[in-house]
Amino acid sequence: MAASSERSPPPFPDSEEPELLEDSDSDDGAGVFTGTSISEMDSPSPVDTSRTPKDIFNEPPEDIFSDPLSDTNSEPQKSVDTKISSPVSDEDIDLFSDPLDDETKIISPTESKNPVPDLLNESLSNSEPPKSDVIVEPSDISKPGHKNDVGDRRKDIFEDLPIDGNKGVSIKKAASSELFEDDDEDDEDLFKEPFKAVSKKPSGPPVDVFTEVKSEGKGKAQGKNASTDLFAEEAVTAPGAKSSAGAGSKTNGVHSEEQDLFTEATVELSLDSPRNDRKMKDVVKPPVSTPAAPGMSASGSKAASKTLEELEEEESEDKFDLNISITNPEKVGDGMNAYMAYKVSTQTTLPMFRRKTFTVRRRFSDFLGLYEKLSEKHSQNGYIIPPPPEKSILGMTKVKVGKEDPSSAEFVERRRAALERYLQRVVNHPSLLQDPDVREFLEKEELPRAVGTQALSGAGFLKMINKATDAVSKMTIKMDEQDVWFDEKIQDVENEEQQLRKLHLMVESLVSHRKELSGNTAVFAKSVAMLGSSEDNTALSRALSQLAEVEDRIEQLHQDQASNDFFTFSELMADYIRLLGAVRGCFDQRMKSWQRWQDGLNMLQKKREVEAKLLWANKPDKLQQAKDEITEWESKVTQYERDFEKISATVQKEVIRFDKEKSRDFKRQIIKYMESLLLSQQQMIKYWEAFLPEAKAIA
Amino acid sequence: MMTELSVTASSIRITDVTQDGDILTFAITSQKLNSSGGVCVFRTYEDFDWLQQNLFSQENVPGLQGVIFPPLPPKVPSPLNTASKSLKQLGFLALGHDWQSYCKALEFYLQQVATHPILSQCKALDSFLTKSESPGKQRGRKGILNRLSQAVEGMRKESHKDVDDFFQKQRHKNTNLAALSKVATEKILDVVLTEQKLALACGHFSTCLHLCVNQDDEAAVAFSKICLKLSDIVEAVKRNFEKVANNNIATLGLGLDLEARYEEAEKEMLFRRTCKLIELETVKKNTEKTKANKRDVMEEIQKATEKEFSLISSVAKQEIERFHSSRVTVLRSFLVGWCEKQLDTAKECAKLYSQYLDTCKNLFSE
Repeated sequence: MAASSERSPPPFPDSEEPELLEDSDSDDGAGVFTGTSISEMDSPSPVDTSRTPKDIFNEPPEDIFSDPLSDTNSEPQKSVDTKISSPVSDEDIDLFSDPLDDETKIISPTESKNPVPDLLNESLSNSEPPKSDVIVEPSDISKPGHKNDVGDRRKDIFEDLPIDGNKGVSIKKAASSELFEDDDEDDEDLFKEPFKAVSKKPSGPPVDVFTEVKSEGKGKAQGKNASTDLFAEEAVTAPGAKSSAGAGSKTNGVHSEEQDLFTEATVELSLDSPRNDRKMKDVVKPPVSTPAAPGMSASGSKAASKTLEELEEEESEDKFDLNISITNPEKVGDGMNAYMAYKVSTQTTLPMFRRKTFTVRRRFSDFLGLYEKLSEKHSQNGYIIPPPPEKSILGMTKVKVGKEDPSSAEFVERRRAALERYLQRVVNHPSLLQDPDVREFLEKEELPRAVGTQALSGAGFLKMINKATDAVSKMTIKMDEQDVWFDEKIQDVENEEQQLRKLHLMVESLVSHRKELSGNTAVFAKSVAMLGSSEDNTALSRALSQLAEVEDRIEQLHQDQASNDFFTFSELMADYIRLLGAVRGCFDQRMKSWQRWQDGLNMLQKKREVEAKLLWANKPDKLQQAKDEITEWESKVTQYERDFEKISATVQKEVIRFDKEKSRDFKRQIIKYMESLLLSQQQMIKYWEAFLPEAKAIA
Repeated sequence: MMTELSVTASSIRITDVTQDGDILTFAITSQKLNSSGGVCVFRTYEDFDWLQQNLFSQENVPGLQGVIFPPLPPKVPSPLNTASKSLKQLGFLALGHDWQSYCKALEFYLQQVATHPILSQCKALDSFLTKSESPGKQRGRKGILNRLSQAVEGMRKESHKDVDDFFQKQRHKNTNLAALSKVATEKILDVVLTEQKLALACGHFSTCLHLCVNQDDEAAVAFSKICLKLSDIVEAVKRNFEKVANNNIATLGLGLDLEARYEEAEKEMLFRRTCKLIELETVKKNTEKTKANKRDVMEEIQKATEKEFSLISSVAKQEIERFHSSRVTVLRSFLVGWCEKQLDTAKECAKLYSQYLDTCKNLFSE
């Protein structure tokens, strides 16, 4: 946190910002706004920078796709000119002339300067209608397929978020960032190439560039400004929540926004050149800090924080657009061929699905099959594939035998909940959601029977993970990790896994003790009841039987709390132990890719030696073949290197995402846990309060 | 032999306990009856035992065998620090910090003796409470032997049919209640032990959460914060369990334990009476069998025994009535105290939880 606050640019007077935001919101805030911007040269600039990313979000694909980035330096000059003309056309535009500055610079100046500003203007001043236009435009440009999707989502956002005016900005931002999330997988490569070029250009530390930009006033933005924009564009590819979170914070939003832009930009940079270790280590930190930084500033207002939470929610696209629940576990068949079928219900507004709600029936092995398909396809890309719950032969056999005892009911419920969490994790992953197999799994009536999931069952599954981790540890020795981030993260993950295992044990013992307590309380209640029944004194007898009832209820409370403990913590820990296994699998994949690259390098080296020998031996006939081979291997090596860089970037992104998800999961569970604790405590109070007069009534 | 007790019964307190090797010494304070001065004496368990034996073997007290003697808690097994052993023998009395429950039970014993209309007259009690030097230990063992022989005979005599319907009923009820209250005491002991285990488990959990703290990067710091918060919460849960367990020990547990021991004491008294009854019946039989020349002597003996028996029975009746009314009051006070304490703890805890919940929500929404 300290790091982030250091990084934040010199603060602007806080009092001004809310005012500015409000102004921009009122219908004809133009006058007021321009007024302030004239009187204080400083104040518009934060606003303007804060807007920038939003604008960029809407436009960049086109920009980036069409513009060779090397041109950017020359373009701004033009854009400044054009910009000057546009404000004049509309009075309102004064208000936005600043954001437009930047925007126009990004947009290739040759087209559509006027319409976009207009739309933006309107979207800020009248809350609803134009927005969809605004979005449609960018999505048009970036990817026509997503048009409806985006439109829908934006509407949802507006319906669901409690907005008073000032938050409008942040919401728009969130929406647009989300929009980009969808695209960013596809665009990634496209983005990447230009970044490299750009990253070399601003040679000074990014902060310097930034402050310079700030110090330059309105129209003065030059080449430097252009590079800021580029940075901002890069931010688009980074997880949208960071920027949206920043915007969500009312008090300090503008500051953190600026900072976010930068930090995220730097992530992207570093992802592209993972071997700049020294610098990168420094650079990587800020993005991680960003989710916390805006939070600090937002802590004051509850409303703002609520929005923030919801925005974050959107970012992962869960609960919001896609709701999955697993219900009605049902035994199908008899004897040892019996299996449990679960009803998988999906509720969604995503246009990628044919209907809004649909249900399918799936059996456990189908879930395992989905996992296998996903890991086959995606694990080599460095994605963290959420692992399904393990197969339990013991538990399932009990169910198969068909005894209606509580332990098998508990088993089924436990598995149901685990499968639900598993599936939710899958669809929460933006890229896995796009996978046709996932869609098929959710939508298609009949799935081909998953075969060979036996390998994943119980101990086998664990063994597999262990093998993988063994392999990793062996390879770690070979691979001298050049990347500090990975070096530390791998260590961290291992430590974390151990700690989680320990915690898991603790929680298990807690749960078992609770169960014991509940059992003992029940026995005690029984003996008190007997004592009461053989008591002569009627009042005492009555009180004792009342006490027995109270104890019975308390027993129920303990039992509930035991299952609460179990489902909120024990299962959470178990999930994360499995997930950490998957994270290690990711590192493993990255390592493999590195290995391939190194092998390629070695091969290339050999080929060169062969060439040298041939050259020395003067054998021109074979020389050509050798040269061909060299070029072939050179391209291969380049490919491998690129692959490695790509997987490193993906893994890093995935791990950052994973960490965030983890924190959020834990938070959610803790709050849930506290609520359940409080509830049972309140229940307890009621019981005691009811009993007290009974005790006092004993004569 | 008969003297008025020179201190007020309600002022008797055990204020301190010191442990020297395997010997526990209790500090007993009480208030003088006719002056404002207090008395403080130091007694070991042997002294308590001496007092109890003195009460048992009082002379010139008619119908002494009909008295329900307040139960003296069993001796703490030595060595003192073997928790499992003492837990087995003492039950609840072994729990609580620093022998608190044990002291409470001894204190209660002294108060019961001091308020008893017959026993409070005993000279030994007064000297026990007021004399600074330790009373003699010469007559220590007898009582225990008595009890052992009782146990052997018990099986045979306990089922003997009573001549008096009241006592027959009492005996039946007493057997019932004694067994049930013993079971209930054991069960609540289990509950308390589990609560203590849970508190311990919570403690481990919370400590373990502290180990998860990692300052490497911002994400880890954020996660560490969550862990620390959870650790605090678990710590609160732990304290709650401890409090609930302590409440259980200090009120209901002690109360049930006392009840169980008192039922046991009543049983002993009833048993003594039954023994006397059997003795009387044998005497009667013998009288019938004996020849005329010895008949007078036998009739004399029979009369004396009959008189003694009826005296015991009348004392016993009074004692039973007294016991029944006092046990209801005692149980009531324990139950009310227990309920109030648990209610307080629950309220306190609920308040704490809701505070935590609020801070959680605020902290986590950052």
